[in-house]
Amino acid sequence: MKKYKTYLKYFIYSAIFVFVIIISYRSARPRYKPEHYTDIFKDFSWLNDWPKWLDFPLMQPLNSGFDWLIVKYGLFFESINYFLLSMYTTMKNSIVGLPWPIVIALVVLITYYASGKKTETTVLVAFCTFFLGFLSPRYWDKSIMTTCIVVIGMFLCIVIGIPVGIAMARNKKLRNALLPVLDLMQTIPSFCYLIPGILLFGLGAVPAIIAIFVYAVPPLIRLTDLGIRLVDKEVIEASEAFGASRKQTLWGVQIPLALPNIMQGVNQCTMMSLAMVVIASMIGTRGIGDEVLLGLQQLNVGMATEAGIAIVLLAIIFDRITQSYGEKIQERTHPKKKVDL
Amino acid sequence: MSKIEIKNVYKIFGNNPSKVLPMVQEGATKEEILEETGHTVGLDNVSLSIEEGETFVCMGLSGSGKSTLIRHINRLIDPTAGAVLVEGTNVMDLDQKKLIEFRRHKMSMVFQRFGLFPHKTVIENVGYGLEVQGQKLEERNKVAMEKIEAVGLNGFEHQYPNQLSGGMQQRVGLARALATNTDIMLMDEAFSALDPLIRSDMQKQLIDLQSKLKKTIVFITHDLDESLKLGDHIGILNHGKLVQVGTPIDIIMKPADDYVAAFVKDVNRAKVIKAKIIMKPANSSDGIDKSNLIKVGEDQFIDEFLPKVVCSNANCEVVDKEGNTKGYLTEKELSKALTKEHMANAVKSVQ
Repeated sequence: MKKYKTYLKYFIYSAIFVFVIIISYRSARPRYKPEHYTDIFKDFSWLNDWPKWLDFPLMQPLNSGFDWLIVKYGLFFESINYFLLSMYTTMKNSIVGLPWPIVIALVVLITYYASGKKTETTVLVAFCTFFLGFLSPRYWDKSIMTTCIVVIGMFLCIVIGIPVGIAMARNKKLRNALLPVLDLMQTIPSFCYLIPGILLFGLGAVPAIIAIFVYAVPPLIRLTDLGIRLVDKEVIEASEAFGASRKQTLWGVQIPLALPNIMQGVNQCTMMSLAMVVIASMIGTRGIGDEVLLGLQQLNVGMATEAGIAIVLLAIIFDRITQSYGEKIQERTHPKKKVDL
Repeated sequence: MSKIEIKNVYKIFGNNPSKVLPMVQEGATKEEILEETGHTVGLDNVSLSIEEGETFVCMGLSGSGKSTLIRHINRLIDPTAGAVLVEGTNVMDLDQKKLIEFRRHKMSMVFQRFGLFPHKTVIENVGYGLEVQGQKLEERNKVAMEKIEAVGLNGFEHQYPNQLSGGMQQRVGLARALATNTDIMLMDEAFSALDPLIRSDMQKQLIDLQSKLKKTIVFITHDLDESLKLGDHIGILNHGKLVQVGTPIDIIMKPADDYVAAFVKDVNRAKVIKAKIIMKPANSSDGIDKSNLIKVGEDQFIDEFLPKVVCSNANCEVVDKEGNTKGYLTEKELSKALTKEHMANAVKSVQ
């Protein structure tokens, strides 16, 4: 019975394969095809070089599909664009409008409480923030722009990525369906979605935010999924045995115990967002990345390196804040063993 | 009516258990099933009933299906076929909502590796059953504190589980199971992960608690001594089949097959057999020399009075708690009780 089923599966696969070949033969231009299809079985010269008729016509339908998408759902993308853009501009303008010492003070405050009142981390982050402006006053506003894009991108990632990761951990079929999508998102070169992003959302911050989402959400989803699945089976059994509903088990046990892993995902997500926002400067996103681009275009190595250093400083700030917040949560959910005195 | 009744339960693990079920019912062995279909037989036609207020011990080696069996009672695992009745309701008929209510109010569970929540303090862990029931923090802390005191963990209530030793952690597990005040307690190899000293300590604590609370306990273990110590009835599982159910004495005196016999071979019988079981009743005590008698309680184990008997070379008078004579013990009965198995073994080895 079981064997019969696997044969059926192979049969379906080969049927699909043959169907695709027939489609490719029929859709090929006449001059690439043999005069009659029986020629293929008489003259085997096509075995040496890849025959011109044997390709699957994906380009045409994709192009027309993309056009159709823009025409038909342009308004939908426009509204997303408007929403994200207004979010970005409000956030950016309000921070840029603040005097710089207050911004530094805010960063210090956030770090202090996020890290669970660790002075070392706070001092390090404060210095890095100060050095951004200290390096060159130009970098101050641009760093704020970059930060705003990263924060909004992160917000999207977290709002969508964590629930998806949780759903994946609880549903095997969904996981099997989503894993190839995540693989695709991680391997596809970033320009493949940066450029279509311009077509859909126009130049500027929004395609960068979308690119951040595509590029940075897979590790968050993967780590959330892993974190939920790694929770000790017996602990979950215990929760069920005492009559916890699925919701109670999820919120009371699984998520708190998976939080260190999820926070690791958030940290990874932040770093990848920052990397993407620098690349996005090449499609006209304003921010610290365009200083690098400018330096390289003018063959001004010093300028590019200086901007590079600024990016590193920004990265350190993001990393320390998220990392130390993760550590704080780790301590809370997995308390350290007490040393016997 | 029995408290818990398990009726013809089969459990088969694999992709398509219902297809394999007829094969198992026709009597194919576990190995044959695995070879032919790739399915694992967890339980093979298990039926037993557990009475209210007793401690039922389910024993077997690892892989014999005992943990699977206990998880059928609160339906952490669904059976492939058969019925599990708790107080007359079939657990299989409950929908998701009723099942949750059932788990909240009817039974609690203690786990082998404790199953404590590492992110909750001791008091939060103990109160967890009440928390999912939706009780207020104050109430559940009050109950939790009582139970923490009952297991002797006062002062540790704000520690986290991994700050405690193994024995203390299992006490938290026990307190958590007690906190919901359910009639039935399921204990899945609850003491197996503890070292021997702490284990016997915990066994004693459980016996003490049980004498006060009179719960229905289903206890899983692979340790024969433990099962003899705790169990009112013992069920022995082998390869998913229930081989024998009986009182500890039944199991030791009349093992149903070679598997059980091998299990009980090395038991110190003096520690398991009570005086009242082997005594000669008072009305048929003719011919016993009553000039030199030692008084022995009817619930005492042979082990407890044997040295006295040997030293004084006297016969025993078995009395109940009020001091009434119930029967007598002579050297003959004692030697019979203690050597029967050795003789049986000797006969076996000759054959």
